[in-house]
Amino acid sequence: MSALLSIEGLGIGFGGLRAVDDVGFSVRPGEILSVIGPNGAGKTTLFNMISGVYRPDKGRVLLDGQDVTAMEPHLLARRGLSRTFQNLQIFQSMSVLDNAVAGYHLRESGSVLADLLALPASRRRARDAREGARALLARVGLERMADREAGALSYGALKRLEIARALALEPRVLLLDEPAAGCNAVETEEIDRLIAEVAASGVAILLVEHDMKLVMRISSHIVVLDHGQKIAEGDPASVSRDPAVIAAYLGTEGASHADG
Amino acid sequence: MRMTPKSATLIVLMALIALSPLLFPSNFYYRVGALIFVNAIAVTGIVILTGYAGQVSLGHAGFAGIGAYACALAPVHLGLPPALAVVLGAVLSGVLAYLVGRPILRLHGYYLGVATLGFGILVTMVLTNERALTGGPDGIEVADLGLRGLLGDLGLKLSNGQFWYFFSGLCMLIGAWIALNLHDSPTGRALRALHGSEVAARTVGIDVARLKLRAFVISAVYASVSGSLLALQNRFVTPDVAGFMHSIEMVTMAVLGGVGSVLGAIFGAAILTLLPQVLTVFAEYEQMVLGLVMILVMIFLPMGLLPSILRTLRRKDE
Repeated sequence: MSALLSIEGLGIGFGGLRAVDDVGFSVRPGEILSVIGPNGAGKTTLFNMISGVYRPDKGRVLLDGQDVTAMEPHLLARRGLSRTFQNLQIFQSMSVLDNAVAGYHLRESGSVLADLLALPASRRRARDAREGARALLARVGLERMADREAGALSYGALKRLEIARALALEPRVLLLDEPAAGCNAVETEEIDRLIAEVAASGVAILLVEHDMKLVMRISSHIVVLDHGQKIAEGDPASVSRDPAVIAAYLGTEGASHADG
Repeated sequence: MRMTPKSATLIVLMALIALSPLLFPSNFYYRVGALIFVNAIAVTGIVILTGYAGQVSLGHAGFAGIGAYACALAPVHLGLPPALAVVLGAVLSGVLAYLVGRPILRLHGYYLGVATLGFGILVTMVLTNERALTGGPDGIEVADLGLRGLLGDLGLKLSNGQFWYFFSGLCMLIGAWIALNLHDSPTGRALRALHGSEVAARTVGIDVARLKLRAFVISAVYASVSGSLLALQNRFVTPDVAGFMHSIEMVTMAVLGGVGSVLGAIFGAAILTLLPQVLTVFAEYEQMVLGLVMILVMIFLPMGLLPSILRTLRRKDE
């Protein structure tokens, strides 16, 4: 199968600093590609460029072979790319259910006039979206929280709410930025299972995660960043043995200890 | 079955409109009531723009001015009946809001506030300076809506005060119904979403600039209708209707009452319309006391009066 999402020579600088430089890889449908690296390696910046939040100054992002570099996030959403955020981006003052329903925006939105007058067409669209959203909340284990205000949820629950909202778009490419951060072991396992399930349904998943056990267990492919550059790439087993990776994580001294 | 917030709000408003006259000590209060309702219409528009979408306009009275002067000028110069002049004003305001908002709402931050401020001042200046057309700062007369006479012919005889009380009340009710419809609709949800987090709203496919523009246009139409009704009710209008103070008043009413809720904002409109009447006992200190009340509310009840009161009541229930 050919690549669904390809990144070619992507780079961005902030002032004099090259936050990400010349990074490239590709993801196929059903594949889980993890991007790992020490703090500040440029993982989230990379995600922000792919999802259109930042405009890269070098390189290209290809979706279905089409150049979508620096395309507005809402247009990328139309093309089937959706994401979650490392530092939660939740609609705090809305209910949990409404947060998930918001993910149906592209399918539920229609004429404004119908919305203003509460015409049957508008109410039907909203009802369908609500039903879909309830099912998604059940899938991430939040169905009983549906009517609570989102701001009242725990960090781990909000992480799962973001995943539900992203899944509501029925994406073909899903970017997950540290989905397991702040989650306990049980929640992490649930997220683990959820990601595997979503990938199995043919979605290409891009994952940034610090929980190495989770990464090693579910990734089909791993890209390692350090100081904004790709230092290694491969399957979990080969990446975890790569001396450059060990050096990046433990420092060169640590690497020599590991060698010895 | 629990009542939805939408029907609860509408029932409360209907009851207030219908029952308040029983408490009126004199016919003068019909006039005050009508003024409250007219202000409430503009403030409902602010709820959509600021409460739902999180955008602040400091020039919405400009649209009220367009609505008001459409009622003054269109019947004379275009031969339109006043009722159609209201529609013309609303369309004009909507189109202008679109043209003004389109370039601004693509930008982030306080640009809308500053740009609308300029827009409001511009409208006031045109209304003040184009004496030949608008009568300048002295104002201009406005034609009779004609509906009261029509109702009279049909056997429903109302005093001028009563007519404007119930007619403005009905218009406010329709305005509230539309705003509440919007709140729970896909468009309303998208507006509230972009208010909560613009970046997240964009990643779920919400065209943020376009939706903000919609909210801006809708709220401009509310302001325009409010201005039209004010002009038709007073049978006279001056450029003050478009003035900066009127713009600030709209925002203050909404924020004071609770900008996130239609009922709260209408409550705010009622308080700020009534308060100056009550505060006349403070004579020259009236403005000062008014300012003090606002400061205290914002410090101690930052969500606005009504939401704070409701929350306290709910806590007592539990």
